[in-house]
Amino acid sequence: MGFLLRRLALLVPVLLVVSFLTFMLMTMLPGGPEVNFLGPQAVQDLSICDDPELDLNTRTACEDTIKIREELNLDDPLLVRYFTWLGNAVQGDFGDSVITGVPVSQTISERLPTSIALMLYAQAIALLIAIPVGIISAYRANGVVDKSTTGLSFALIALPSFVLALVLLFIFGKKLGWFPTRYDIDAAFRDKAKAMFLPALTLGLGLAAVYQRLLRTDLVATLHEDFIFMAKAKGIPARRILFRHALRPSMFSLITVVGIQVGALIGGAIVVEQIFLVPGLGLVITEGILRREFQIVQASVLVITFVYVMVNFVVDILYGFLDPRVRHARSAR
Amino acid sequence: MPDPRADSPLSESLPDNSLYVESALEIRTDAIVAEVHGASGAPGDAVKRRLGFGFWLAIAWLVLMTFLAAFGPMLPLDDPTDLVGKSKESFSSDHWLGTDKLGRDLLSRTVSGTRISLIVGIAAVAGGLLVGGTIGLIAGFRRGWFERTSMAGGDILLSFPAVVLALAIVSFRGRDLWDIVLTLFILSVAPILRLTRANSLQWSQREFVQASRVLGAKDSTILRREVLPNVLMPMASLALVGVAIVIVAEGTLAFLGLGIQTAFGVDDPISWGKMVLEGSKDLETAPHIAFVPATALFLTVLALNFAGDKIRGHFDVRESSL
Repeated sequence: MGFLLRRLALLVPVLLVVSFLTFMLMTMLPGGPEVNFLGPQAVQDLSICDDPELDLNTRTACEDTIKIREELNLDDPLLVRYFTWLGNAVQGDFGDSVITGVPVSQTISERLPTSIALMLYAQAIALLIAIPVGIISAYRANGVVDKSTTGLSFALIALPSFVLALVLLFIFGKKLGWFPTRYDIDAAFRDKAKAMFLPALTLGLGLAAVYQRLLRTDLVATLHEDFIFMAKAKGIPARRILFRHALRPSMFSLITVVGIQVGALIGGAIVVEQIFLVPGLGLVITEGILRREFQIVQASVLVITFVYVMVNFVVDILYGFLDPRVRHARSAR
Repeated sequence: MPDPRADSPLSESLPDNSLYVESALEIRTDAIVAEVHGASGAPGDAVKRRLGFGFWLAIAWLVLMTFLAAFGPMLPLDDPTDLVGKSKESFSSDHWLGTDKLGRDLLSRTVSGTRISLIVGIAAVAGGLLVGGTIGLIAGFRRGWFERTSMAGGDILLSFPAVVLALAIVSFRGRDLWDIVLTLFILSVAPILRLTRANSLQWSQREFVQASRVLGAKDSTILRREVLPNVLMPMASLALVGVAIVIVAEGTLAFLGLGIQTAFGVDDPISWGKMVLEGSKDLETAPHIAFVPATALFLTVLALNFAGDKIRGHFDVRESSL
């Protein structure tokens, strides 16, 4: 329990640092929030406003800019603004979009489920492929299945996701017409699940290649352990040795990377979201940065980082379940 | 520590996990995986002493790409920006790889796209190796506060969503070739730092390093003469895979419409990612426009990964000697 609490306490600084860095980065970007309100008239460099011989237009623009900056508290010190934002954020208030006026929390709660669904879908596809293939290729190491999957994995890993997405879109979406080529958020659940298959497959195939390699290498190593020889000597059938004895201690790398990918895929699936028009968090961030909607970017990054650190935390706990030695080492501390 | 499995018949040449993961996942993932595995490579791995036909094929492709990047404009090809044919022509003897929507020759465009990809890939990774590699090397050797500080810095860089960082730098600095290089360089520092540190740490604890220390060699001498030469080959293999990752990242930025706008004073330079983006709009009528540059990208990345993987296995003296 002490271990868990210590581990949990470590998450707070990460969240603080990442959110502060995002905040700072967003403030440093040229064309601040005032541009969103006033458009190109916003005065970027307020020092020109001190000039007494300004023409009327510039004078008004100056006054407007100063007023907006005051309203948004843009002249407060960075730290003050950050903590104000953080104080609101922990209460679920991320501010309103400066362009549409929609609360940012609403946008995120609309988009996050789509991102999570896509992530789970992709992970399911990846694991469904990787675990059986990994087991077969480790058990018959150097066999036909092993050799051919090695080549296939290499090819899949070298395939950039935007190329793989286009290939799948071309074959299954356009030529064969089996799947819709774009995602419709208002469609029925069945149609949405179908529309999400190609995006999930794009992500899942790439992941499957990696997962398969990880599991295979760990499993090959485990199969050389003494306790496996012992089990064989006792005459335990191969299937039972594989699934009951070898699989569990071989899952460490796999679990770790699956966990990392949970965080990476939420908000990191931008390319796939773009190609298949899936309205996920990745697109929100991209649009947010391009339109200078800082509130959205900050909020999304905070949410993603939170998911990322929480999943890694859960993975850490899972280690204990996978390997009793980890559990003992922890309780000994 | 001798690995009892090294000479077992089952553990033939298996690529190192960490390399696979590096090439496949987001940049920030790699270092974590390498951390999990340590730099020692998975225990099932062993070494095949021959580099094999595939390795030389990969090298040949990379040499060809380098040649095209350097001397492409001097080859007797159509001007990549001239409208030399009809729109969306397929493969023919006049235009070997067909033409794009505007009737520009795809072969010469793909050839001139090589340059951007290679410059970005090599420059960003070279910078990453110089900064991340140096810090990682010292961190693994010296340990103590320097290691803790640099690792913490790396952790922060890694936990920061790469996309946000990339987009922020790009919108802050503009989209000249060197801005993109800078972006990808910053993103590559942390993973390289972690992997180099893991390697350096491992070698710094070996007996011959301790022997050197006992003999009274200075730290800088030990680092240069004992640790660095051993870390160099794994780093070379990492560099090749790193170049592949950066090339894909550049292509992805270009595909998202955030690619390079100016290079060496030239507006709108040709890049593979941008060509794929242009072609993706005509996927139904002329799929080759997208798939020709995509294939060039794929083969280059494949060759880099493959060569990197083989080099890692080949020069892993520790595994082969035990």
